[in-house]
Amino acid sequence: MGFPWLTTVGAVPLVGSVVVAVLPRGADRLARRVALTFALAAVALLAVAATGFRAGEPGFQLAEQHPWIPRFGISYGLGVDGVGLTMVALTAVLTPIVIAASASTGRGFLALALALETAAIGAFAATDVFLFYVLFEAMLVPMYFLIGRYGGRSRSAAAMKFLLYSLAGGLLMLVAVIGLYVVSAQQLPQGTFDFPTLAAAVRDGTLRLDPVTERLLFAGFFVAFAIKAPLWPLHSWLPSAVTESTPGAAVLLVGILDKVGTFGMLRYCLSLFPEASEFFTPLVVVLSVIGIGYGALVAIGQTEIMRLIAYTSLSHFGFITIGVFAMTPQSQAGAAFYMVSHGLSIAALFLIAGFLISRRGSDLIADYGGVQQLAPVLAGTFLFAGLATLALPGLSGFVAEFLVLVGTFTAYPAAAVIAAGGVVLAAVYVLWLYQRTMTGDLRPGNEGVTDLRAGERWVIAPLLALILGLGLYPEPVLDVIEPVVAGTVQQTGVATPPEAR
Amino acid sequence: MTAAVTAPDIDYLAVAPMLVVFATGVLGVLLTAFAPRTARHRGQLPLATAGLVGALVCLVVVVARGTHTGTTTAAGSIAVDGPALFMQGVVLVLAILAVLLIAGRRGEPPPGEALPLTLFATGGLLLLPAANDLLTMFVAVEVLSLPLYLLCGLARTRAKVAHESSLKYFVLGGFSAAFFVYGAAMVYGFAGSVSFPDIGAAVAAGGANRPLLLTGMALLAVGLLFKIGAAPFHSWVPDVYQGAPTPVTGLLAAVTKIGAFGAFLRLFTVVFGGAEREWRPVLTVVAVLTMVLGAVIAVVQQDIKRILAYSAVAHAGFMLLGVVAASRSGIAGTLFYLAVYGFGTLGAFAVVTLVRDEAGEVTRLSSWAGLGRRSPIVAAIFALLLLGLAGIPLTSGFVGKFAVFSAAVAAGGSVAVVIAALASAVAIYLYAKVIVLLYFHEPRAGSAAISRPSPLVAVVIVAAGLVTVGAGVLPGPLLGLATQAASFLQ
Repeated sequence: MGFPWLTTVGAVPLVGSVVVAVLPRGADRLARRVALTFALAAVALLAVAATGFRAGEPGFQLAEQHPWIPRFGISYGLGVDGVGLTMVALTAVLTPIVIAASASTGRGFLALALALETAAIGAFAATDVFLFYVLFEAMLVPMYFLIGRYGGRSRSAAAMKFLLYSLAGGLLMLVAVIGLYVVSAQQLPQGTFDFPTLAAAVRDGTLRLDPVTERLLFAGFFVAFAIKAPLWPLHSWLPSAVTESTPGAAVLLVGILDKVGTFGMLRYCLSLFPEASEFFTPLVVVLSVIGIGYGALVAIGQTEIMRLIAYTSLSHFGFITIGVFAMTPQSQAGAAFYMVSHGLSIAALFLIAGFLISRRGSDLIADYGGVQQLAPVLAGTFLFAGLATLALPGLSGFVAEFLVLVGTFTAYPAAAVIAAGGVVLAAVYVLWLYQRTMTGDLRPGNEGVTDLRAGERWVIAPLLALILGLGLYPEPVLDVIEPVVAGTVQQTGVATPPEAR
Repeated sequence: MTAAVTAPDIDYLAVAPMLVVFATGVLGVLLTAFAPRTARHRGQLPLATAGLVGALVCLVVVVARGTHTGTTTAAGSIAVDGPALFMQGVVLVLAILAVLLIAGRRGEPPPGEALPLTLFATGGLLLLPAANDLLTMFVAVEVLSLPLYLLCGLARTRAKVAHESSLKYFVLGGFSAAFFVYGAAMVYGFAGSVSFPDIGAAVAAGGANRPLLLTGMALLAVGLLFKIGAAPFHSWVPDVYQGAPTPVTGLLAAVTKIGAFGAFLRLFTVVFGGAEREWRPVLTVVAVLTMVLGAVIAVVQQDIKRILAYSAVAHAGFMLLGVVAASRSGIAGTLFYLAVYGFGTLGAFAVVTLVRDEAGEVTRLSSWAGLGRRSPIVAAIFALLLLGLAGIPLTSGFVGKFAVFSAAVAAGGSVAVVIAALASAVAIYLYAKVIVLLYFHEPRAGSAAISRPSPLVAVVIVAAGLVTVGAGVLPGPLLGLATQAASFLQ
C-alpha cells in the first residue's frame, strides 16, 4: 500500500469546501479563485496518481484499505479499476469547469460543489459496498442544497422531488446492502462489505444465493441505480431538477451524479448478482429502449431549452443501460465510454445554454432566433456540443454509441435496431433546437445577446477539446476500460455454473 | 456465593450513582426551602451539575471494577450488568446536558424546584434499566414519572398549556401505571415471584397457566409502550411534548426514553425470552405501526415541537425493531441508537428554545422561514441534527438505523425492515421540509429570530452536533462499547 493517492485526491476538494465556507461574507471573487485552485489541484494530483495506473491490468489499483467499523466488517477501502479511474477523472475535470462557469453564485454554491466532488470521487473509488452506499447517499445532501438554494422559482419543490426519489431508492438499497451483509455473514467465514472479496466469493461459488434472495437483493440495488441514472419510468424527477437548477448544478447532477447510477449497475449489480442480472436483462433492455425513444420524442416536443436537454439525457442514459445489460464486451465498453462522453457533451450543452439564457433572461425556445448573427462563437460551440450529443463521427459520442449499438446488436438485434432509431431522433432534436434558436432572422428581444466572453471561452474550450480528442483517438480511455468489462462479462457469463463451463 | 442465596446486604458502590443523584436532589430541595433568596437560584445549577458529575464518576468506578458480566445487589432487586451500566452512563451524560439546558435558557429562569425535580427523575431513570424485579421496576417508573408530571407544568409563561400538558401526562401516566401493576400481578400469579430470574425460569419451564402469563405480558407491555411512546399508546406524546416547557420536553424525549427502553429490553429479551414466539409477532406489528404512524402524521404537523414529538414516536418504532430482533446485536443496536438519538433530540430541543420573538419561544413552523439566512451557525447545526435524526449517512442516526436494521434482517425481519426503510423515506421528507424552510425561504417580516445562546445552551448544542458527526463518521468506539455492554444478566 503506497501513498494514499485516492484519499488525497478526494480530500483536496473537501478541504477547499471548508476553506471557501469560512471565507468572509462578500468575498465572492476570492472564493471563486480559491475554489478553482482546489479543484484544479485535485486534477493535477489525479494526473500524477494516474501515472501509477497500469492500463491493461485487471483489478483495483492505487488501493488503500483501513478498518472502519470492524464490528460489521466495514472498511474504508478505496481503489480504482479502469472504469472507476475514468469516472473519477470525469468528476475531477468537470468540477473546476463548473466552478469557473458559475460566476454569479456565491461561496455557498462553490463550497457545496466541492463537497459534492469529494463524495462523488469517493463513490467512484470505493471498494467497500458500505462505504459506497454511504457516499452514494451523502452526495444527495450537497446536491439537494445546490438545487434548492440556487436556481429557478420552483427550485425548492424540485429539490424535494429529487431528494424523495433518490432517498426512496437509496433506502431500498440500504435494505439490500444489509441483506448482502447478513448473507455474507452466514456463508463466508466472516461478514464483509469488501467488494473484491464478495465478488471473488460470488465468482468461485463460495457465496451462493438462492434465486429469490438474489433477485430481491439485485432489485434493491438496481432500483436505486435506476432512479439515480435515471431509467424510464423512474425519471420524472430529472426534468424539474434540471430546469430549476443553475446550469452549473445541472452539470454536476447529470454529468456526474447520475453516472453513479449506471456505474453502480455495471460494477455492483453485474458482479454481485450475476444470475439475477441475467434474469432481469430482458426487462432492463426493454425499459432502456423505451427510455431512448421516449426521451428523444419528448425532447423534440419541448418548448424550454434546459428541459429539452434534460430529456435528451433520459434518452442517452437508455443507451448506457442497454450497453451495460447487453453484456457483450463491446456494449459494455461502449457504455463505460458513453458515461465519459455524455458527461463532457452534456456539460458543454448545459453551460453554453446557460450562458445564452443568462443573456436573454428566458428559457423559452420561442424567444430566440438568429442568435448566430450576433454571437457566432456561442452559436458555433453550441452546435459543436449538439453534434457531439447526436454522435457525429469524429466526436466522442460517436465512438460510444457505435460500440453500444454494435455490441447490443450481437445479443439483442431487435433492441439495437430500435435504439438506432434514437440516433435519428437525436439529430431531429439537436438540429431543430439549433435551427430555432440560432438561425433565421434575429427575433426582437435578442439584440442584447453578446458573444462568449474570453472567460467563458476558456471554460468551454477544454470540454470541446476533450470531445474532439476522444472522438479521434479514444484508445487511451478504451484501453483502461476494456480489461474491466472483459472481467465483468466473464463473471456474468456465468449463468452457467463453474463446473459446467 | 451460590446462586440460591442472595444476601440482603447492599453493594453500596454499585448503587452509588443513584444514591448520589437522589441525595443531591434532596439537598436541592433543602436549598430551595431554606437558603437565602439569592443563593437559592445561584446554588441550584452548581449543585445539580456536581451531583450528576459525581454520580458519573461513581459509575466509572463501578465499570472499572470490571464486573461486566453483571451482579445483583439489594437482595437481588437491582442488576448491575452491561446494559444497565451503559444506559446509566448515557442517562447521566444527557442529564447533565438537560440540566444545563433547563438552567441556561435565557429570559425564563427556571423555578427553584426545577433542578431538584430533574435530579429525582434522573434517579428513577438510573434505577429503571437496573431494576431486577417487577416491584423495583414499578417503583422506578413512578420515581421518574412523578417529578416529570410536575416539571411539565412548570412554565411561567404559557402556564395554561403547560398545566394541560402536565395534567394529560399525569392522567394517562396513571393509567399506564395501573396497566403495569395489573400485568405485574398476573405475572406474579403465573410465576409465584416478582423477581426476574424466577419469572424467567418459570417462563422457560413452560408453566401450567400460560394465558395468565400472556395476559400479564400484554399488560406490562402496554404500561411500558406508553412510556416509550409507541403506537397505539402514543397519542399523549405530541400534546405533552408541545405543552411542556421546551427544556423539559428535551429531557422527556431524549432521556426518559432511554430508561423506558432499558426496562423494555430487559423485560422482553431476558425475562420473557422464553416466550419469544408469543410476543415477537405482536411487537413487530407494534414497531411497524409506530414508525409508520409517527412518520406519516409528523408530515402534516405545523409546529416544530409536535414534529419532533412524532419523530420521537417514529424513532421508538425503529428502536423496537432492535428489541424484536431479540439478539445480542439487536440489543447493541438499540443501545447505540438510544444514545445517539438522545443527543440529537436534546440538541434539537435546545435549538428550539433559542427561536423566539418578543412573546417568547416560537414553535410555529411558518415563523421559522429563513432562519438559515439570519443565524447561519445555529441553523447549520440544527440542520445537521435534523439530518442525524433523519438517518442520512455519515451521521450518527444512520449508523443507529443500520445497526438495528441489520439485527432485524438477521433475525428474519426483512419485511419489517423494508417497511422501516419506506417509513424512513417519509421521515426524511419531514426533516427536509424543515430544512427547506430554514434555508430556501427568505425571512419574513415579523418572523422569529434565533437569540444568542447562553454559554450553557451552547454547550448542549455543540455537544449534540459533535456526537452526531462523531458517531456518524467514526462509530467504532461507541458501537464497540454498546456491543460490549449488550449482554443482560440472565
